[in-house]
Amino acid sequence: MLTRKTSEPFWWLLFAAGGMVAALLVPVHLLVQGLAVPLGWTSISHARMLALAAQPLVKLYLFALIALPLYHWAHRFRFILEDLGLRGLRTPIALLSYGAAVLGTVATLWVLWRI
Amino acid sequence: MTVPRVERPGLYYPKLPATWWLRNANYFRFMLRELSSVFIALFLVVFLIQLHRLPQGPGAYAAYLETLRAPGWIIFHVLALAFALYHSVTWFNLTGVVQVVHLGERQVPPRLVVGASFALWAVVSVVLLWFLLRG
Amino acid sequence: MTEETMTLEVTRYRPGHDREPRTESFTVPYRKDWVVLDALNHIKDRIDGTLSYRWSCRMGVCGSCGMMVNGVPKLTCAAFLRDYRPGPIRVGPLANFPVIRDLVIALDDFMEKLRRVKPWIIRAVEKPVADGEYLQTPAQLDAYKQFSMCINCMLCYAACPVYGLEPAFVGPAAIALAYRYNLDSRDEGYRLREPVLSEAVGVWECTFVGECSVVCPKGVDPAAAIQRSKLAGATDWLLSMIMPWGGRR
Repeated sequence: MLTRKTSEPFWWLLFAAGGMVAALLVPVHLLVQGLAVPLGWTSISHARMLALAAQPLVKLYLFALIALPLYHWAHRFRFILEDLGLRGLRTPIALLSYGAAVLGTVATLWVLWRI
Repeated sequence: MTVPRVERPGLYYPKLPATWWLRNANYFRFMLRELSSVFIALFLVVFLIQLHRLPQGPGAYAAYLETLRAPGWIIFHVLALAFALYHSVTWFNLTGVVQVVHLGERQVPPRLVVGASFALWAVVSVVLLWFLLRG
Repeated sequence: MTEETMTLEVTRYRPGHDREPRTESFTVPYRKDWVVLDALNHIKDRIDGTLSYRWSCRMGVCGSCGMMVNGVPKLTCAAFLRDYRPGPIRVGPLANFPVIRDLVIALDDFMEKLRRVKPWIIRAVEKPVADGEYLQTPAQLDAYKQFSMCINCMLCYAACPVYGLEPAFVGPAAIALAYRYNLDSRDEGYRLREPVLSEAVGVWECTFVGECSVVCPKGVDPAAAIQRSKLAGATDWLLSMIMPWGGRR
């Protein structure tokens, strides 16, 4: 009755949550893991990384950090393609974008499960 | 469902070209903002691979970190960081537009909401940085 | 002393004759207190009486003289020649709308959308006139006042690439007005407007380019109205999932 036949609110909520997670957390992770560690400004030992990532709370954090922004990406990527004029392919674009995000979520669960 | 528009004869129907976002600076900034999500997602995939290497032992992990030292990866991460920062700034600026906060009957001015968002970002970043870099 | 002049490059389209609009240049006197609309009136009175365009109040209230001025949607009664010196000034019909003739666009689509969102106060049961007014506190007025300033000039639709690409999109002004009545403490029509807004071509079509709010001559923020409606719609949806007996209101 409320939102008939449309799944948009569901995807939008995931988009909004992912956008918030990305805005709050990604810059620091990018700075440390993408630049500071590779450039040798600092180092995080394998043992410490492993010990950290093995904690259930950290796993939950990593899951939110990685999975949610994937839906943020999927939502925006879908509309980038539509805004570039690919309106005729709306359904396949939505399926591919959100499908990729779901796949990424499963992959994240699998990787975290094995640590 | 989208129903195709019925075009009446005699009228001229303009078509918006796919390059509309090059028409003005705001449109272009919008495209950059949306594009930031692609770089953020790519970084997270790289991060996921790093986590995947973690249980394979110190050797596999070190080898992976070694690849990230290549100039190409450094350039990617610099670019991704720039886009991630752009995402954060635009995202928090827009929270004041989207999120209406009430204190009693009065609406909190959007500027304060935006300011609080940026403050939260700063605190979270410092805590996270401390957590990642200690020991 | 020779009179100062300015050139206007005006879009012309004659239905039945032209397959596409073309541009015609007119030289008009430059006066520092003239707006683009004055220049168009000069052309129509003195140079070419066939030039067609809409206007009425000349003071930014009626919302009928909106056109593209140098590619930006503007009320031509508020666009001073002096801000575009030395020119030339390009004047075209509002973007994204079908063109009827010269600078006149077809309004039907917008009018139909406006009607669809029911931009008036809806009551479950009307109070008899004898019982007096529906009272409202200043705070209740402030809640929606900004969005009630809309004059239906459609500049926001001309600025919206999403509407340009998807003519079915309900669009900025109609959603902002729906939101305005949803916020009104006297209104009880939320449920009736909600189906129009929650459609895929309702609020969910918007990608928050934000240009609608930039071009609005009345300081309305349609982009905010749309994003807040999304938040409200998503909250409704979430509540309806958690509690099958329904969400708010």
